[in-house]
Amino acid sequence: MSEDSNDILNEITNKDYEYGFVTDIHTEFIPKGLNEDIVRLISQKKNEPEWMLDFRLNAYRHWLTMQMPDWAYLDIPPIDYQDIIYYAAPKTKKGPKDISEVDPELLRTFDKLGIPLHEQKLLSGMAVDAVMDSVSVKTTFKETLAEKGIVFCSFSEAVQDHPDLVKKYMGSVVDYKDNFFAALNSAVFSDGSFVYIPKGVRCPMELSTYFRINALNTGQFERTLIIAEEDSYVSYLEGCTAPMRDENQLHAAIVEIVVLDRAEVKYSTVQNWYPGDKEGKGGIYNFVTKRALCKGEASKVFWTQVETGSAITWKYPSCVLVGDNSIGEFYSVAVTNNFQQADTGTKMIHIGKNTKSRIVSKGISAGKSQNSYRGLVKITSNADNARNHSQCDSLLLSDTCGAHTFPYMDIHNDTGIVEHEATTSKISENQIFYCNQRGIPTEDAIGLIVNGYAKEVLNKLPMEFAVEAQKLLQISLEGSVG
Amino acid sequence: MLIIKELHASINGKEILKGINLEVNAGEIHAIMGPNGSGKSTLSAVLVGNPAFEVTKGEVIFQGENLLEMAPEERSCKGMFLSFQYPVEIPGVSMVNFMRTAVNEHKKCKGEAPLSAGEFLKMMREKQSIVEMDKNLVNRSVNEGFSGGEKKRNEIFQMAMLEPKLAILDETDSGLDIDALRIVANGVNKLKSPDTATIVITHYQRLLDYIKPDVVHVLYNGQIIRTGGPKLALELEEKGYDWLK
Amino acid sequence: MKQYIDFFKTQRKQIDASCSSLVNSYRDEAFASFEETGFPIFKSEEYQHTNIAELLDTDFGFYLNYKGESIDPHKLFHCNIPNLSSSPHFIINGHFYKEKNNRNLPDKVFSGSLNTFAEEYPDIFSKYYNKLAEEKGNGLTALNTMFVQDGYVLYVPKNIIIDHPIQLTNIFNGKIDALINRRILIIIEAGSQAKILICDHSTEKEPLYAATQITEIFVEENAVLDFYELEESSKRTIRLADNFVQQSTSSNVMINNITLNNGVTRNNYYIDLDGEFAETYLYGMAIVDDTQKIDNHSVIFHNVPNCQSNELFKYVLDEQSLGVFSGKIIVAENAQKTQAYQNNKNLLGSKECKMYSKPQLIINADDVKCSHGMTTGQLDESALFYMRSRGIPKEEAILLLKYAFTDDVIQGIRLDTLKERLKMLIEKRFRGELIRCQECI
Repeated sequence: MSEDSNDILNEITNKDYEYGFVTDIHTEFIPKGLNEDIVRLISQKKNEPEWMLDFRLNAYRHWLTMQMPDWAYLDIPPIDYQDIIYYAAPKTKKGPKDISEVDPELLRTFDKLGIPLHEQKLLSGMAVDAVMDSVSVKTTFKETLAEKGIVFCSFSEAVQDHPDLVKKYMGSVVDYKDNFFAALNSAVFSDGSFVYIPKGVRCPMELSTYFRINALNTGQFERTLIIAEEDSYVSYLEGCTAPMRDENQLHAAIVEIVVLDRAEVKYSTVQNWYPGDKEGKGGIYNFVTKRALCKGEASKVFWTQVETGSAITWKYPSCVLVGDNSIGEFYSVAVTNNFQQADTGTKMIHIGKNTKSRIVSKGISAGKSQNSYRGLVKITSNADNARNHSQCDSLLLSDTCGAHTFPYMDIHNDTGIVEHEATTSKISENQIFYCNQRGIPTEDAIGLIVNGYAKEVLNKLPMEFAVEAQKLLQISLEGSVG
Repeated sequence: MLIIKELHASINGKEILKGINLEVNAGEIHAIMGPNGSGKSTLSAVLVGNPAFEVTKGEVIFQGENLLEMAPEERSCKGMFLSFQYPVEIPGVSMVNFMRTAVNEHKKCKGEAPLSAGEFLKMMREKQSIVEMDKNLVNRSVNEGFSGGEKKRNEIFQMAMLEPKLAILDETDSGLDIDALRIVANGVNKLKSPDTATIVITHYQRLLDYIKPDVVHVLYNGQIIRTGGPKLALELEEKGYDWLK
Repeated sequence: MKQYIDFFKTQRKQIDASCSSLVNSYRDEAFASFEETGFPIFKSEEYQHTNIAELLDTDFGFYLNYKGESIDPHKLFHCNIPNLSSSPHFIINGHFYKEKNNRNLPDKVFSGSLNTFAEEYPDIFSKYYNKLAEEKGNGLTALNTMFVQDGYVLYVPKNIIIDHPIQLTNIFNGKIDALINRRILIIIEAGSQAKILICDHSTEKEPLYAATQITEIFVEENAVLDFYELEESSKRTIRLADNFVQQSTSSNVMINNITLNNGVTRNNYYIDLDGEFAETYLYGMAIVDDTQKIDNHSVIFHNVPNCQSNELFKYVLDEQSLGVFSGKIIVAENAQKTQAYQNNKNLLGSKECKMYSKPQLIINADDVKCSHGMTTGQLDESALFYMRSRGIPKEEAILLLKYAFTDDVIQGIRLDTLKERLKMLIEKRFRGELIRCQECI
């Protein structure tokens, strides 16, 4: 990976946000605003069963009683929830059976984003579910996976085709009452991905969902549910982009992961929603609830995230370690530049005995941005011999940005060992000069050093994503130093 | 190759170099000696464009061009190399990655195509052997956790990789045991050619036993106060600097 | 909360009665602020684990205009740290005890009652009193300002070095549940130096004693202050202390808070580094067991460049005790070359004890060296085994290791007599030999 990084870094100098185009396709909208009728309308559009509608309505009614959280180190302008369109779908035939039924303009969009939906074009052995605005456009390699009993489809299809699994697990990790955005999502979510890995099956390819916001004034509310049965394994990737627009757009997603005995799930995200322009205008509000439940004995979850996009990020991918000997790990690189704000981190809740968790968080702040790590490590009184180690580093690239660390450690068991360390650094002039003397220009030197700083996290990403993530780091920091 | 005329330089407003004149031709090895604080390291820093120092007067011509107008990386690509007295640690950046970026920047400068991964690795292996460098070092982060000797060897290794026209060795011998010193000096000698020149900055005669200078200069209080042949270095070793003042 | 509002409204005359009019002049504003904000809200970010409203819900008595003439603190109280100071002072039930003869300090130094200071130095009093408390305090701070009747002031004018440490002892004495509100004001002018040790004691075991204490500290250019606090109260004691510190250029402040015995303790520290090259050492150590609670909260403001702060808190928890540490370091924009180090280490000795730790950094400048760390765990098993294999009995080995654990906080103390004495007290405390407030009568 590191072998290629220089080429990549050189190649991309002087690039701005390159996914900022708008696709001109016919889009179906529902009226602006949120009320019970809208919730019913969304459910009806998706032809949902009664129990699904009830779930939505309960969530909506609960949401009405809640306040937007204000504890994060974020300055969030007021959001008018009645000024958002909660459902937008590219007009296409219901559930394209194969690629020929998908609007060619859509295919071109995803091609442009580097996400080919033609299976024959795919060399990397990656199955993709592409979600545009509120609906899933196409899921590739479905049949290949089905042979092994793996279900990889859009959430809407899962509601129709696998209602028992959805009923059993939806909301079991993130209750609709969990928080304001979770309640909102539970009421209006439109689509997302569903993954089911049967007992003893190692998923033979990376599963990937690609989220794209296209329509104007529209919120994106997707929901992902991953179930890994006993002794199974899956690596799942998530990527996202949005057009450049002057107004802010809301993205409030939920990801639930259920991991049973000895199963292992790797969840990687490269988050590259539109971050707004250099003056802080526009950009996505990314308010996401992601949680994994390590339900089974010796189950494992690995979260890896590279967060470079969004105007505001509020996101804490968490692990609830219920099973004895279960393991949760969280690796994060969060980059903020210009006027971006991020308050991100994780929660590790140790409930089972001998549970282990590890947190590596690398914050990089530049411009006038604010970058916060917020993380909870909780050792409950039953969690004998729990272990946690957290390492939270901040790299500051300007004297007008902020880097903040807010760890919370609640330890209720004397056999636990919890360690947290954090450092703050900047790139020294000596380092840059040393690179200069060897012929490396300053901008490239910064790219090198930043990628070196973030290496521990980037190395956890699957190959294709790692390369993309490296590029993103460099692009995101463009023009941030001298 | 290098012509320095009436060079004055200061740091934080304090003048360190007070009118340096020096001419170095291709194929020559110059030694610059002098007591602590005489301005030896400042001279090397100014030549490679360290932004901490300010040139207040004078000019430097390198291969017919005005050196002082060039950015540090430009000077590097034009063939100027400094073996740092205190090599900088860059955590997380592997030597391989670092050198590959540097070598390809040099290629780009010369209008040549970048090296393929295979070519580059082959080149690395060859050059490593010049300074008998441990193969594992190149997989580690730049200078991080290197011993003093390893750092100095790494500097010479980088010199071998970048093939400079003019190499400045700033106190490359300090803190080296005799074996390491020999290895480093052998490395420098192997890289010597009629087209290149070397400036060796040192306190001691010791290094000059291995790297034979053609010309020896004594720098004192920001000026070159004496220039002579190799014998001058021996004299200095014996008598110290006081007799020159 | 209502009881305090009513009491203030109806007893205003009594509250004012024995106080300097200057002290009284701050009450109205404080009352307005208390009525408006009330007590800090339980479970809010700053008060997640200490419920002030509940703690102060008891129908406490007030020692208004207490004279305490019948009491001789020298008889009532035998110090655990004898011979430390040639200038001992006492605050009994919130009221400064006027010694017949206590003048071992340099002439220009004022060391005495808050009311006397307000009368004798009205200008200086007005310049400093309540300045930081009003700016950074909360409803609880306001409550103190409403009710405070007396306290202690140390005023050291320019260029005076006080060699010997000053000792101030807070004593609770009485048979009823009582709330005491006391005030400490320390002003160290440019070039001066002082060391002070403040001890908390209670004489009775039965009544519930609650205290609010506000300490405002001003350390001016090149001045040095050592501020040590030792709490040796009882399980039935509630201590709610606010400490506000303002440091000028090149000043140096050491704060060291040792909690050996207590009931519920909440200490707040707000330290402003307002002059360049100021240095702060904020250390704390607590040994808690039974159902004791220790909650130390600190905010260090690096407002200007080139300052240094070092923070270290260590807790040894056992039985059903609860430990809370929340520390915040805030580096302002432009406060370049800041060095800030924050550390919290805790030793848990039982299944029932709980530790909540929140070491936080807010950094708005890039050229800084900041780090923080937290470790919570148990004694090192391999060290324990190693010691036992050398013939040291398990209990003794545990004791030695616990003792070693607290050592770096004690080593920070810049007062040898206190250091030695504390080492002994800590060892006794671990051995269970230090009966709570053993030497009080």
